Amino acid sequence: MVTFLQQVLNGLTLGCIYALVALGYTLVYGILELINFAHGDLVMIGALVSLTLVRTLQGWGTPLPVALAGGLAGAMGVCVLLGIALERLAYRPLRHAPKLAPLITAIGMSMVLEQSSALLWGRGYHSFPDLGLTHSLTLGGVLISPLQGVIVLGSLGLLGGLLWLIQRSALGRAMRATAQNPVAAQLLGIDTERIITLVFVIGAALAAVAGLMVGAYYQVAHYTMGFMLGLKAFTAAVLGGIGNLSGAVLGGILLGLLEALGAGYLGDWTGNLFGSNYKDVFSFATLILVLLFHPSGLLGRHAPEKV
Amino acid sequence: MIVPLPRFKPLWMFLGILLLPWVIEGLLGRGWVRILDFALLSVLLAVGLNIVVGYAGLLDLGFIAFFGVGAYAYALLASPQFGLHWPLWAILPTGVLVAAGFGVALGWPTLGLRGDYLAIVTMGFGEIIRVFLNNLTAPVNITNGPQGITMIDALHLGNWSFARPHRVLGIPLPALVGTYYLFLLFVLLALFLSRRLEYSRIGRAWMAIREDEIAAASMGLDTRRLKLLAYALGAVFGGVAGGLFAGFQGFVSPESFTLQESVMILCMVVLGGMGNLRGVVAGALLLAFLPEVLRPLGGWQQHWFHRVLIDPSTLRLLLFGITLVVLMRWRPEGLLPSRARAREWHTS
Repeated sequence: MVTFLQQVLNGLTLGCIYALVALGYTLVYGILELINFAHGDLVMIGALVSLTLVRTLQGWGTPLPVALAGGLAGAMGVCVLLGIALERLAYRPLRHAPKLAPLITAIGMSMVLEQSSALLWGRGYHSFPDLGLTHSLTLGGVLISPLQGVIVLGSLGLLGGLLWLIQRSALGRAMRATAQNPVAAQLLGIDTERIITLVFVIGAALAAVAGLMVGAYYQVAHYTMGFMLGLKAFTAAVLGGIGNLSGAVLGGILLGLLEALGAGYLGDWTGNLFGSNYKDVFSFATLILVLLFHPSGLLGRHAPEKV
Repeated sequence: MIVPLPRFKPLWMFLGILLLPWVIEGLLGRGWVRILDFALLSVLLAVGLNIVVGYAGLLDLGFIAFFGVGAYAYALLASPQFGLHWPLWAILPTGVLVAAGFGVALGWPTLGLRGDYLAIVTMGFGEIIRVFLNNLTAPVNITNGPQGITMIDALHLGNWSFARPHRVLGIPLPALVGTYYLFLLFVLLALFLSRRLEYSRIGRAWMAIREDEIAAASMGLDTRRLKLLAYALGAVFGGVAGGLFAGFQGFVSPESFTLQESVMILCMVVLGGMGNLRGVVAGALLLAFLPEVLRPLGGWQQHWFHRVLIDPSTLRLLLFGITLVVLMRWRPEGLLPSRARAREWHTS
């Protein structure tokens, strides 16, 4: 039972991070119907930038909370700028091109971001500075690190804020209108290009936060880390119903739980033949199963392809 | 639309292709013949991916996985790993069946859905295959994990080994040149099949799906089956290339089958011109030689700056990414486009 609760907690932490990244995919997909393959790489860049900044600031003797805040702000700034550049340079010129074009551009941009990071940060692994948040408390036998608490509460707060923004504010109404029908939204006086830029800005900012969290959680950052993370977050978005924000959150948390429990238990049941070294397979199998049996996802509506 | 079949190539071009490895060996040395052999495998892969991306208009980001499946099929059936030493003519069809089986198993759930799901599923598949190749060591050691499989039998037909030099009609035939002719045979076969497919009912159906899937379905085309066929055929080409690769290199490990390789093959197809065989072959040859062109960069940097600032292999991958982005923006039809394809890109 204690193991179970422990895995649930670990899964929840992981799931919150997936949810933050999944929101970036689902926001862009909801409006442009484009899989932004480069989104996972923004998370990687968020992790590497914040790592570098936190280390530098700590080296100057800055107290940890200030260094963390500086790292987060810097990572968000870089990611947001990259997100805007990505949309302007790569996706906007192809808005009306055949669908294959932006997909190919997206994978190209992903490659560009990844290899540029390899040039800047090298091909090695970078260990994340110790945040001093790993001294765990025990709660009924379950180990909870303050870092996990920060990740879960922080991401839930962000998710709540974002849901409020989208569902309640005027800006959110404009975003939803653009997602439903860009031409009609434009006729009603919504600057859809601005909304699309805004979507990339929000997605990139969330990616930066997720990057800092995932770096601090695993205590390591690497120029290829965005790929698997992106794939899983996309799976989470599909699982919840792509284009649906609450769905992305639900999908992310479910996927995190599934992975933690799967990696934790499957190894025991199969005598360690099929254990945590296969954990990346779970999310992929989930993706295939969802697409096979319920492609619109848990909360998504079935949307027929329009002519 | 009536597309005229291309006329026969002049004889001198054929002679040029036959004499190419001798010329290269004479001018640049034997190492370059080996690079040429690998380049032919790239051509085979690019021609296979062209069926999926160029003809049917589906984006496959895990194409290298089929290459990996073919390579491991050869490695397992012709190495001391299981003590099996099957002949080439038995291994290649087996590898092809396995690769096509994977292709169908993966395409079936996704091809009925929107096209972009296929892209992400294939991307995941490429990665998952590597997870399995790295971990299938227990309870039975199948893939030998990250170390890979070594001592793979050399390519041979009967008693004729392609890893040894021969003497034909008194002329010495180096092993690498013999391999060149073997690979050339497969490339020509692939080009022939591909061309026949392109101008067949199936090829026209693919073109219709690529231009407008809903319209194609309304005309009574079974789009799902046709897309699955394109996908499986692409996998077949990848599987054959993989088998030849394993036999040629004598060694396979999971590290040869990464996403970067998939993107490289995609880049070959896109650069040359999706849907146009001549362009695809040119793109494949161009990019296959790129690492060799970039290789001296490391040495020059060492010489001038006393350290390597830009790693040539990073630069190569960076160039692939930039190429894809720039081409899609300014010349989506590629360097040598097919006429039909160029028109499609510029009318929508």
